[in-house]
Amino acid sequence: MCGIVGLFLKNEKLEPDLGRHLSRMLASMSARGPDSAGIAIYGAGSVERIKLTLRITDASSDGDLATGLEAELGAPVDLVRRSNHVVLGIPGDRQSEALAWLHQHYAGVHLVSAGSRMEIYKEVGRPEQVAGQFKLSEMRGTHGIGHTRMATESAVTTDGAHPFSTGADQCLVHNGSLSNHNAVRRNLKREGLVFETENDSEVAAGYLTWRMRGGDSLREALTSSIDALDGFFTFVVGTRDGFAVLRDPIACKPAVMAESDDYVAFGSEFRALAVLPGIEDARVFEPEPATVYAWERR
Amino acid sequence: MPSFDLEQQTVRELNQALHGAAPDSNDTLWEVANSDGKHAIAAGADAAVEIDIRGHVGYYCAGMNKRASVRIHGNAGTGVAENMMSGVVHVMGDVSQSAGATGHGGLLIVEGDAAARCGISMKGIDIVVKGSIGAMSAFMGQAGNLVVLGDAGDALGDSIYEAKIFVRGRVKSLGADCIEKPMAEDDRARLAELLSRAGIEDARPDGFRMYGSARRLYHFHVDNIASY
Repeated sequence: MCGIVGLFLKNEKLEPDLGRHLSRMLASMSARGPDSAGIAIYGAGSVERIKLTLRITDASSDGDLATGLEAELGAPVDLVRRSNHVVLGIPGDRQSEALAWLHQHYAGVHLVSAGSRMEIYKEVGRPEQVAGQFKLSEMRGTHGIGHTRMATESAVTTDGAHPFSTGADQCLVHNGSLSNHNAVRRNLKREGLVFETENDSEVAAGYLTWRMRGGDSLREALTSSIDALDGFFTFVVGTRDGFAVLRDPIACKPAVMAESDDYVAFGSEFRALAVLPGIEDARVFEPEPATVYAWERR
Repeated sequence: MPSFDLEQQTVRELNQALHGAAPDSNDTLWEVANSDGKHAIAAGADAAVEIDIRGHVGYYCAGMNKRASVRIHGNAGTGVAENMMSGVVHVMGDVSQSAGATGHGGLLIVEGDAAARCGISMKGIDIVVKGSIGAMSAFMGQAGNLVVLGDAGDALGDSIYEAKIFVRGRVKSLGADCIEKPMAEDDRARLAELLSRAGIEDARPDGFRMYGSARRLYHFHVDNIASY
Protein backbone atom coordinates (compact mmCIF):
# COMPACT_ATOMS: atom_id res chain seq x y z
CA MET A 1 0.00 0.00 0.00
CA CYS A 2 1.77 3.16 1.29
CA GLY A 3 0.23 6.53 1.94
CA ILE A 4 1.24 9.91 0.61
CA VAL A 5 0.36 13.39 1.79
CA GLY A 6 1.48 16.71 0.40
CA LEU A 7 0.68 20.32 1.06
CA PHE A 8 1.77 23.28 -1.05
CA LEU A 9 0.72 26.64 0.38
CA LYS A 10 -0.39 29.55 -1.75
CA ASN A 11 -1.36 31.75 1.20
CA GLU A 12 1.66 32.69 3.33
CA LYS A 13 -0.56 33.19 6.37
CA LEU A 14 -0.75 29.40 6.64
CA GLU A 15 3.05 28.94 6.70
CA PRO A 16 3.39 28.81 10.51
CA ASP A 17 0.91 25.90 10.52
CA LEU A 18 2.40 23.81 7.69
CA GLY A 19 3.88 21.21 10.05
CA ARG A 20 0.72 20.99 12.14
CA HIS A 21 -1.42 20.27 9.08
CA LEU A 22 1.07 17.81 7.58
CA SER A 23 1.38 15.99 10.87
CA ARG A 24 -2.40 15.40 11.06
CA MET A 25 -2.51 14.37 7.40
CA LEU A 26 0.35 11.91 7.95
CA ALA A 27 -1.32 10.33 10.99
CA SER A 28 -4.54 9.81 9.00
CA MET A 29 -2.59 7.67 6.52
CA SER A 30 -1.08 5.45 9.19
CA ALA A 31 -3.16 2.42 8.25
CA ARG A 32 -1.80 2.57 4.69
CA GLY A 33 1.82 2.46 5.85
CA PRO A 34 2.55 1.50 9.45
CA ASP A 35 6.21 0.43 8.83
CA SER A 36 7.96 3.77 8.61
CA ALA A 37 7.37 7.38 7.76
CA GLY A 38 9.19 10.42 6.47
CA ILE A 39 8.68 14.10 5.83
CA ALA A 40 10.31 16.68 3.60
CA ILE A 41 9.75 20.26 4.72
CA TYR A 42 10.61 23.36 2.71
CA GLY A 43 11.25 26.03 5.32
CA ALA A 44 13.34 29.15 5.65
CA GLY A 45 16.66 29.40 3.84
CA SER A 46 18.87 31.51 1.65
CA VAL A 47 20.82 30.79 -1.51
CA GLU A 48 24.14 31.57 0.25
CA ARG A 49 23.65 28.80 2.79
CA ILE A 50 22.99 25.11 2.49
CA LYS A 51 21.25 22.91 5.03
CA LEU A 52 22.58 19.39 5.50
CA THR A 53 20.15 17.07 7.23
CA LEU A 54 22.17 14.27 8.83
CA ARG A 55 21.37 11.24 10.88
CA ILE A 56 23.68 11.24 13.92
CA THR A 57 22.29 9.22 16.81
CA ASP A 58 24.72 10.37 19.51
CA ALA A 59 23.72 13.85 20.69
CA SER A 60 26.51 14.17 23.27
CA SER A 61 29.08 15.48 20.79
CA ASP A 62 26.88 18.06 19.01
CA GLY A 63 28.80 20.96 20.61
CA ASP A 64 32.17 19.57 19.53
CA LEU A 65 30.82 18.89 16.08
CA ALA A 66 29.70 22.47 15.51
CA THR A 67 32.94 23.98 16.85
CA GLY A 68 35.10 21.47 14.97
CA LEU A 69 33.31 22.06 11.68
CA GLU A 70 33.45 25.84 12.15
CA ALA A 71 37.22 25.60 12.62
CA GLU A 72 37.54 23.37 9.55
CA LEU A 73 35.46 25.66 7.30
CA GLY A 74 36.53 28.93 8.92
CA ALA A 75 32.86 29.99 8.78
CA PRO A 76 29.87 29.95 11.12
CA VAL A 77 27.88 26.71 11.38
CA ASP A 78 24.33 26.42 12.79
CA LEU A 79 23.23 23.18 14.35
CA VAL A 80 19.66 22.17 15.17
CA ARG A 81 18.97 18.72 16.59
CA ARG A 82 15.64 16.96 16.17
CA SER A 83 15.75 13.51 17.75
CA ASN A 84 18.38 11.48 15.89
CA HIS A 85 18.60 13.97 13.00
CA VAL A 86 20.73 17.09 12.91
CA VAL A 87 20.38 20.03 10.52
CA LEU A 88 23.65 21.84 9.85
CA GLY A 89 23.64 25.23 8.17
CA ILE A 90 26.89 25.96 6.34
CA PRO A 91 28.05 28.25 3.51
CA GLY A 92 26.48 27.10 0.24
CA ASP A 93 29.74 26.28 -1.56
CA ARG A 94 31.35 24.19 1.21
CA GLN A 95 29.22 21.03 1.15
CA SER A 96 31.84 18.53 -0.02
CA GLU A 97 34.48 19.78 2.44
CA ALA A 98 32.01 19.63 5.29
CA LEU A 99 30.91 16.10 4.42
CA ALA A 100 34.49 14.86 4.07
CA TRP A 101 35.34 16.25 7.52
CA LEU A 102 32.17 14.78 9.05
CA HIS A 103 32.78 11.30 7.65
CA GLN A 104 36.37 11.42 8.90
CA HIS A 105 35.46 12.43 12.45
CA TYR A 106 32.04 10.90 13.03
CA ALA A 107 31.60 7.24 12.17
CA GLY A 108 28.04 6.36 11.22
CA VAL A 109 27.01 9.84 10.13
CA HIS A 110 24.50 9.60 7.32
CA LEU A 111 23.48 12.38 4.93
CA VAL A 112 19.68 12.39 4.54
CA SER A 113 19.30 15.49 2.40
CA ALA A 114 20.90 18.72 1.29
CA GLY A 115 19.33 21.92 0.09
CA SER A 116 18.92 25.60 0.69
CA ARG A 117 15.38 25.15 2.07
CA MET A 118 14.58 21.42 2.28
CA GLU A 119 14.98 19.25 5.38
CA ILE A 120 14.10 15.53 5.40
CA TYR A 121 13.30 13.45 8.46
CA LYS A 122 12.56 9.74 8.27
CA GLU A 123 12.47 6.80 10.58
CA VAL A 124 10.95 3.36 11.08
CA GLY A 125 7.88 3.22 13.30
CA ARG A 126 4.26 4.25 13.17
CA PRO A 127 3.74 7.55 11.34
CA GLU A 128 2.20 9.42 14.29
CA GLN A 129 5.16 8.31 16.42
CA VAL A 130 7.67 9.45 13.78
CA ALA A 131 5.92 12.83 13.43
CA GLY A 132 6.00 13.26 17.21
CA GLN A 133 9.65 12.23 17.47
CA PHE A 134 10.74 15.01 15.08
CA LYS A 135 8.13 17.53 16.38
CA LEU A 136 6.76 17.90 12.87
CA SER A 137 3.77 19.89 14.14
CA GLU A 138 6.10 22.75 15.16
CA MET A 139 7.72 23.12 11.73
CA ARG A 140 6.85 25.98 9.43
CA GLY A 141 7.38 26.34 5.72
CA THR A 142 5.88 26.80 2.28
CA HIS A 143 5.40 23.19 1.23
CA GLY A 144 5.99 19.70 2.47
CA ILE A 145 5.55 16.06 1.53
CA GLY A 146 5.04 13.07 3.78
CA HIS A 147 4.98 9.33 3.27
CA THR A 148 3.81 6.33 5.26
CA ARG A 149 5.41 3.13 4.08
CA MET A 150 4.28 -0.46 3.78
CA ALA A 151 7.41 -2.04 2.36
CA THR A 152 7.12 -4.40 -0.61
CA GLU A 153 10.29 -4.08 -2.71
CA SER A 154 12.98 -3.74 -0.05
CA ALA A 155 13.53 -4.01 3.69
CA VAL A 156 11.95 -1.90 6.43
CA THR A 157 14.90 0.32 7.29
CA THR A 158 15.39 4.02 7.86
CA ASP A 159 17.22 4.24 4.54
CA GLY A 160 14.32 2.54 2.79
CA ALA A 161 11.85 5.10 4.17
CA HIS A 162 10.69 7.89 1.90
CA PRO A 163 11.16 10.71 0.86
CA PHE A 164 14.19 10.02 -1.30
CA SER A 165 16.47 12.86 -2.24
CA THR A 166 19.02 12.60 -5.01
CA GLY A 167 19.65 16.29 -5.63
CA ALA A 168 19.73 19.56 -3.71
CA ASP A 169 16.25 20.59 -2.57
CA GLN A 170 14.72 17.71 -4.56
CA CYS A 171 12.65 14.94 -3.07
CA LEU A 172 10.27 12.26 -4.21
CA VAL A 173 7.79 9.97 -2.53
CA HIS A 174 6.28 6.97 -4.27
CA ASN A 175 3.34 4.65 -3.82
CA GLY A 176 3.67 1.63 -6.05
CA SER A 177 6.46 -0.50 -7.43
CA LEU A 178 8.71 -0.11 -10.45
CA SER A 179 9.65 -3.12 -12.56
CA ASN A 180 12.57 -1.71 -14.55
CA HIS A 181 14.44 0.01 -11.72
CA ASN A 182 17.56 -2.16 -12.00
CA ALA A 183 18.09 -1.27 -15.66
CA VAL A 184 17.38 2.43 -15.08
CA ARG A 185 19.72 2.46 -12.05
CA ARG A 186 22.55 0.94 -14.13
CA ASN A 187 22.11 3.62 -16.80
CA LEU A 188 21.97 6.42 -14.26
CA LYS A 189 25.10 5.15 -12.51
CA ARG A 190 26.90 5.44 -15.84
CA GLU A 191 25.71 9.06 -15.90
CA GLY A 192 27.41 9.59 -12.54
CA LEU A 193 24.47 9.34 -10.14
CA VAL A 194 25.09 7.71 -6.79
CA PHE A 195 22.47 5.46 -5.17
CA GLU A 196 22.47 4.49 -1.52
CA THR A 197 19.85 1.75 -1.54
CA GLU A 198 18.43 -0.99 -3.74
CA ASN A 199 15.09 0.76 -3.51
CA ASP A 200 13.02 1.28 -6.68
CA SER A 201 11.74 4.68 -5.54
CA GLU A 202 15.26 6.07 -5.16
CA VAL A 203 15.75 5.28 -8.86
CA ALA A 204 12.70 7.38 -9.76
CA ALA A 205 14.14 10.26 -7.72
CA GLY A 206 17.52 9.81 -9.44
CA TYR A 207 15.93 9.77 -12.86
CA LEU A 208 14.23 13.13 -12.24
CA THR A 209 17.43 14.63 -10.82
CA TRP A 210 19.30 13.50 -13.93
CA ARG A 211 16.69 15.01 -16.26
CA MET A 212 16.58 18.30 -14.37
CA ARG A 213 20.37 18.45 -14.31
CA GLY A 214 20.18 18.22 -18.11
CA GLY A 215 17.96 21.31 -18.21
CA ASP A 216 14.45 19.86 -17.92
CA SER A 217 11.86 21.65 -15.83
CA LEU A 218 10.15 19.55 -13.15
CA ARG A 219 7.16 19.19 -15.48
CA GLU A 220 9.34 18.09 -18.42
CA ALA A 221 11.29 15.62 -16.28
CA LEU A 222 8.08 14.01 -15.02
CA THR A 223 6.60 13.88 -18.52
CA SER A 224 9.61 11.95 -19.79
CA SER A 225 9.42 9.56 -16.82
CA ILE A 226 6.04 8.26 -18.06
CA ASP A 227 7.91 6.39 -20.82
CA ALA A 228 11.17 5.76 -18.98
CA LEU A 229 9.77 4.18 -15.82
CA ASP A 230 7.75 0.98 -15.99
CA GLY A 231 5.45 -0.10 -13.22
CA PHE A 232 2.86 1.21 -10.83
CA PHE A 233 3.33 4.62 -9.37
CA THR A 234 1.87 7.67 -7.86
CA PHE A 235 4.71 10.16 -7.39
CA VAL A 236 4.65 13.39 -5.42
CA VAL A 237 7.76 15.48 -6.01
CA GLY A 238 9.11 18.58 -4.32
CA THR A 239 11.73 21.07 -5.47
CA ARG A 240 12.85 24.31 -3.82
CA ASP A 241 9.91 26.21 -5.31
CA GLY A 242 7.84 23.48 -6.93
CA PHE A 243 5.39 20.70 -6.15
CA ALA A 244 4.20 18.08 -8.63
CA VAL A 245 2.11 14.92 -8.94
CA LEU A 246 2.13 12.11 -11.49
CA ARG A 247 0.24 8.81 -11.72
CA ASP A 248 1.03 5.89 -14.03
CA PRO A 249 -1.03 5.43 -17.23
CA ILE A 250 -3.48 2.98 -15.68
CA ALA A 251 -3.69 4.87 -12.38
CA CYS A 252 -3.11 1.81 -10.23
CA LYS A 253 -2.44 3.70 -7.04
CA PRO A 254 -4.94 6.01 -5.39
CA ALA A 255 -4.73 9.79 -5.39
CA VAL A 256 -7.02 12.63 -4.52
CA MET A 257 -6.25 16.34 -4.60
CA ALA A 258 -7.76 19.55 -3.34
CA GLU A 259 -7.05 23.06 -4.55
CA SER A 260 -8.24 26.37 -3.12
CA ASP A 261 -6.93 29.94 -3.06
CA ASP A 262 -4.93 28.96 0.04
CA TYR A 263 -3.31 25.67 -0.93
CA VAL A 264 -2.87 22.62 -3.13
CA ALA A 265 -3.11 19.37 -1.16
CA PHE A 266 -2.52 15.74 -2.03
CA GLY A 267 -3.67 12.61 -0.21
CA SER A 268 -3.75 8.92 -1.02
CA GLU A 269 -7.29 9.04 0.34
CA PHE A 270 -9.70 11.87 1.02
CA ARG A 271 -9.37 11.17 4.76
CA ALA A 272 -5.96 12.87 4.62
CA LEU A 273 -7.50 16.04 3.19
CA ALA A 274 -10.53 16.11 5.48
CA VAL A 275 -8.38 17.57 8.29
CA LEU A 276 -7.48 20.71 6.31
CA PRO A 277 -9.03 24.12 7.02
CA GLY A 278 -11.50 25.24 4.36
CA ILE A 279 -11.62 21.82 2.69
CA GLU A 280 -15.43 22.16 2.32
CA ASP A 281 -14.87 24.94 -0.20
CA ALA A 282 -11.80 23.55 -1.99
CA ARG A 283 -12.07 21.93 -5.42
CA VAL A 284 -11.57 18.22 -4.77
CA PHE A 285 -10.55 16.09 -7.77
CA GLU A 286 -8.81 12.90 -8.76
CA PRO A 287 -5.66 13.47 -10.85
CA GLU A 288 -5.88 11.86 -14.30
CA PRO A 289 -3.58 8.97 -15.27
CA ALA A 290 -0.31 9.84 -17.07
CA THR A 291 -0.90 13.57 -16.55
CA VAL A 292 1.64 15.83 -14.87
CA TYR A 293 0.26 18.31 -12.34
CA ALA A 294 2.79 20.93 -11.28
CA TRP A 295 2.74 24.12 -9.23
CA GLU A 296 5.47 26.70 -8.79
CA ARG A 297 5.87 29.37 -6.10
CA ARG A 298 5.72 32.86 -7.55
CA MET B 1 -35.17 9.75 12.26
CA PRO B 2 -31.92 7.85 12.94
CA SER B 3 -29.03 10.23 12.74
CA PHE B 4 -25.31 9.45 12.95
CA ASP B 5 -22.41 11.83 13.42
CA LEU B 6 -19.27 9.98 12.35
CA GLU B 7 -17.11 12.37 14.35
CA GLN B 8 -18.77 11.00 17.50
CA GLN B 9 -19.75 7.49 16.37
CA THR B 10 -17.95 4.81 14.38
CA VAL B 11 -18.83 3.55 10.91
CA ARG B 12 -19.29 0.14 12.50
CA GLU B 13 -21.99 1.51 14.83
CA LEU B 14 -23.80 3.06 11.87
CA ASN B 15 -23.60 -0.10 9.77
CA GLN B 16 -24.70 -2.38 12.61
CA ALA B 17 -27.72 -0.16 13.25
CA LEU B 18 -28.55 -0.25 9.54
CA HIS B 19 -28.22 -4.03 9.40
CA GLY B 20 -30.44 -4.36 12.46
CA ALA B 21 -33.20 -2.09 11.13
CA ALA B 22 -36.57 -3.77 11.62
CA PRO B 23 -38.44 -4.43 8.35
CA ASP B 24 -41.60 -2.66 9.55
CA SER B 25 -39.83 0.30 11.17
CA ASN B 26 -41.10 3.81 10.55
CA ASP B 27 -37.50 5.06 10.63
CA THR B 28 -37.10 5.21 6.88
CA LEU B 29 -35.00 8.35 6.67
CA TRP B 30 -31.39 8.07 7.89
CA GLU B 31 -28.97 10.95 8.14
CA VAL B 32 -25.16 10.64 8.29
CA ALA B 33 -22.96 13.66 9.11
CA ASN B 34 -19.16 14.18 9.06
CA SER B 35 -18.42 11.34 6.66
CA ASP B 36 -14.94 12.89 6.03
CA GLY B 37 -13.83 10.25 3.56
CA LYS B 38 -14.31 7.32 5.90
CA HIS B 39 -14.53 3.86 4.34
CA ALA B 40 -17.43 1.41 4.00
CA ILE B 41 -20.14 3.88 5.06
CA ALA B 42 -23.60 2.27 4.74
CA ALA B 43 -22.13 -0.92 3.29
CA GLY B 44 -24.36 -3.95 3.30
CA ALA B 45 -27.69 -2.17 3.88
CA ASP B 46 -30.69 -4.42 3.26
CA ALA B 47 -33.79 -2.35 4.01
CA ALA B 48 -36.13 -0.05 2.12
CA VAL B 49 -34.74 3.09 3.73
CA GLU B 50 -33.36 6.39 2.48
CA ILE B 51 -29.88 7.38 3.63
CA ASP B 52 -28.48 10.90 3.23
CA ILE B 53 -24.71 11.14 3.67
CA ARG B 54 -23.55 14.74 4.12
CA GLY B 55 -20.01 15.01 2.80
CA HIS B 56 -17.33 13.09 0.88
CA VAL B 57 -17.00 9.34 1.43
CA GLY B 58 -14.06 6.91 1.18
CA TYR B 59 -13.90 3.40 -0.23
CA TYR B 60 -16.83 1.01 -0.87
CA CYS B 61 -19.61 3.33 0.25
CA ALA B 62 -23.01 1.61 -0.11
CA GLY B 63 -21.24 -1.57 -1.19
CA MET B 64 -23.52 -4.62 -1.55
CA ASN B 65 -26.52 -2.32 -1.23
CA LYS B 66 -29.94 -4.01 -1.29
CA ARG B 67 -33.16 -1.98 -1.52
CA ALA B 68 -31.83 1.15 0.19
CA SER B 69 -31.76 4.52 -1.53
CA VAL B 70 -28.45 6.20 -0.69
CA ARG B 71 -27.66 9.84 -1.50
CA ILE B 72 -24.04 10.96 -1.15
CA HIS B 73 -23.78 14.76 -0.96
CA GLY B 74 -20.13 14.89 -2.02
CA ASN B 75 -17.53 12.80 -3.85
CA ALA B 76 -17.03 9.05 -3.42
CA GLY B 77 -13.78 7.08 -3.27
CA THR B 78 -12.93 3.73 -4.85
CA GLY B 79 -15.71 1.17 -5.39
CA VAL B 80 -18.85 3.12 -4.54
CA ALA B 81 -21.91 0.80 -4.76
CA GLU B 82 -19.64 -2.14 -5.59
CA ASN B 83 -21.58 -5.38 -5.86
CA MET B 84 -24.90 -3.54 -5.43
CA MET B 85 -27.90 -5.91 -5.64
CA SER B 86 -30.82 -3.46 -5.82
CA GLY B 87 -31.86 0.02 -4.72
CA VAL B 88 -30.40 3.36 -5.80
CA VAL B 89 -27.09 5.05 -5.03
CA HIS B 90 -26.96 8.71 -6.08
CA VAL B 91 -23.65 10.59 -5.89
CA MET B 92 -23.85 14.38 -6.18
CA GLY B 93 -20.12 14.83 -6.90
CA ASP B 94 -17.44 12.76 -8.69
CA VAL B 95 -16.58 9.12 -8.06
CA SER B 96 -13.18 7.46 -8.02
CA GLN B 97 -12.28 4.23 -9.77
CA SER B 98 -14.29 1.01 -9.98
CA ALA B 99 -17.66 2.64 -9.30
CA GLY B 100 -20.44 0.05 -9.39
CA ALA B 101 -17.92 -2.77 -9.84
CA THR B 102 -19.49 -6.26 -10.14
CA GLY B 103 -22.96 -4.80 -9.39
CA HIS B 104 -25.83 -7.26 -9.90
CA GLY B 105 -28.73 -4.81 -9.90
CA GLY B 106 -30.03 -1.44 -8.85
CA LEU B 107 -29.18 2.00 -10.22
CA LEU B 108 -26.05 4.08 -9.63
CA ILE B 109 -26.36 7.74 -10.63
CA VAL B 110 -23.28 9.99 -10.72
CA GLU B 111 -23.83 13.72 -11.18
CA GLY B 112 -20.13 14.39 -11.87
CA ASP B 113 -17.35 12.34 -13.47
CA ALA B 114 -16.26 8.75 -12.83
CA ALA B 115 -12.58 7.73 -12.85
CA ALA B 116 -11.12 4.55 -14.39
CA ARG B 117 -12.81 1.15 -14.47
CA CYS B 118 -16.35 2.39 -13.93
CA GLY B 119 -18.70 -0.63 -14.04
CA ILE B 120 -15.87 -3.15 -14.20
CA SER B 121 -17.33 -6.67 -14.35
CA MET B 122 -20.87 -5.31 -14.03
CA LYS B 123 -23.42 -8.10 -13.76
CA GLY B 124 -26.79 -6.39 -14.14
CA ILE B 125 -26.43 -3.00 -12.47
CA ASP B 126 -27.48 0.14 -14.35
CA ILE B 127 -25.08 3.07 -14.13
CA VAL B 128 -25.78 6.62 -15.34
CA VAL B 129 -22.83 9.04 -15.31
CA LYS B 130 -23.73 12.63 -16.18
CA GLY B 131 -20.09 13.63 -16.68
CA SER B 132 -17.30 11.58 -18.27
CA ILE B 133 -15.79 8.18 -17.41
CA GLY B 134 -12.14 7.06 -17.26
CA ALA B 135 -10.21 4.30 -18.99
CA MET B 136 -11.10 0.58 -18.96
CA SER B 137 -14.72 1.17 -18.04
CA ALA B 138 -17.20 -1.75 -18.26
CA PHE B 139 -14.22 -4.12 -18.51
CA MET B 140 -15.64 -7.68 -18.79
CA GLY B 141 -19.14 -6.30 -18.21
CA GLN B 142 -21.59 -9.20 -18.25
CA ALA B 143 -25.02 -7.59 -17.95
CA GLY B 144 -26.63 -4.22 -17.27
CA ASN B 145 -26.33 -0.79 -18.84
CA LEU B 146 -23.69 1.92 -18.55
CA VAL B 147 -24.97 5.32 -19.74
CA VAL B 148 -22.51 8.20 -20.12
CA LEU B 149 -23.51 11.73 -21.03
CA GLY B 150 -19.93 12.95 -21.40
CA ASP B 151 -16.87 11.22 -22.88
CA ALA B 152 -15.33 7.79 -22.31
CA GLY B 153 -11.60 7.08 -21.82
CA ASP B 154 -9.37 4.46 -23.43
CA ALA B 155 -10.25 0.78 -23.91
CA LEU B 156 -13.97 1.15 -23.31
CA GLY B 157 -15.72 -2.19 -22.85
CA ASP B 158 -12.59 -4.31 -23.08
CA SER B 159 -13.47 -8.05 -23.20
CA ILE B 160 -17.12 -7.17 -22.68
CA TYR B 161 -19.85 -9.83 -22.52
CA GLU B 162 -23.51 -8.77 -22.68
CA ALA B 163 -23.49 -5.43 -20.84
CA LYS B 164 -24.48 -2.46 -23.02
CA ILE B 165 -22.76 0.92 -23.08
CA PHE B 166 -24.40 4.15 -24.26
CA VAL B 167 -22.14 7.18 -24.76
CA ARG B 168 -23.27 10.64 -25.84
CA GLY B 169 -19.80 12.19 -26.08
CA ARG B 170 -16.53 11.03 -27.57
CA VAL B 171 -15.02 7.57 -27.02
CA LYS B 172 -11.23 7.72 -26.86
CA SER B 173 -10.81 4.08 -27.88
CA LEU B 174 -12.65 0.77 -27.71
CA GLY B 175 -11.15 -2.24 -25.92
CA ALA B 176 -10.73 -5.75 -27.34
CA ASP B 177 -13.94 -7.24 -28.75
CA CYS B 178 -16.03 -4.12 -28.08
CA ILE B 179 -17.82 -2.65 -31.10
CA GLU B 180 -20.45 -0.07 -31.88
CA LYS B 181 -23.83 -1.66 -32.45
CA PRO B 182 -27.06 -0.38 -34.00
CA MET B 183 -29.65 0.59 -31.39
CA ALA B 184 -32.84 -1.47 -31.58
CA GLU B 185 -36.21 -0.25 -30.35
CA ASP B 186 -35.88 -2.00 -26.98
CA ASP B 187 -32.38 -0.52 -26.47
CA ARG B 188 -33.82 2.94 -27.12
CA ALA B 189 -36.67 2.33 -24.69
CA ARG B 190 -34.30 1.06 -21.97
CA LEU B 191 -32.04 4.07 -22.43
CA ALA B 192 -34.98 6.49 -22.30
CA GLU B 193 -36.20 4.90 -19.09
CA LEU B 194 -32.78 5.10 -17.45
CA LEU B 195 -32.37 8.75 -18.47
CA SER B 196 -35.73 9.55 -16.99
CA ARG B 197 -35.00 7.67 -13.75
CA ALA B 198 -31.76 9.64 -13.45
CA GLY B 199 -33.73 12.87 -13.79
CA ILE B 200 -32.35 13.80 -17.19
CA GLU B 201 -34.89 15.50 -19.38
CA ASP B 202 -32.80 17.17 -22.05
CA ALA B 203 -31.09 14.07 -23.53
CA ARG B 204 -32.68 12.11 -26.38
CA PRO B 205 -31.73 8.45 -26.91
CA ASP B 206 -30.87 9.30 -30.53
CA GLY B 207 -28.01 11.47 -29.31
CA PHE B 208 -26.19 8.37 -27.97
CA ARG B 209 -24.17 5.62 -29.61
CA MET B 210 -24.37 2.08 -28.30
CA TYR B 211 -21.46 -0.31 -27.77
CA GLY B 212 -21.42 -3.99 -26.93
CA SER B 213 -19.64 -7.28 -27.54
CA ALA B 214 -18.56 -8.55 -30.96
CA ARG B 215 -18.72 -12.00 -29.28
CA ARG B 216 -15.43 -13.13 -30.79
CA LEU B 217 -13.64 -13.76 -27.50
CA TYR B 218 -16.25 -15.68 -25.49
CA HIS B 219 -14.42 -18.95 -26.02
CA PHE B 220 -10.70 -19.31 -26.39
CA HIS B 221 -9.64 -19.76 -29.98
CA VAL B 222 -5.99 -19.78 -30.89
CA ASP B 223 -6.58 -17.49 -33.88
CA ASN B 224 -7.63 -14.74 -31.43
CA ILE B 225 -4.55 -15.05 -29.24
CA ALA B 226 -3.38 -11.54 -30.05
CA SER B 227 -6.62 -10.02 -28.71
CA TYR B 228 -6.35 -11.41 -25.20
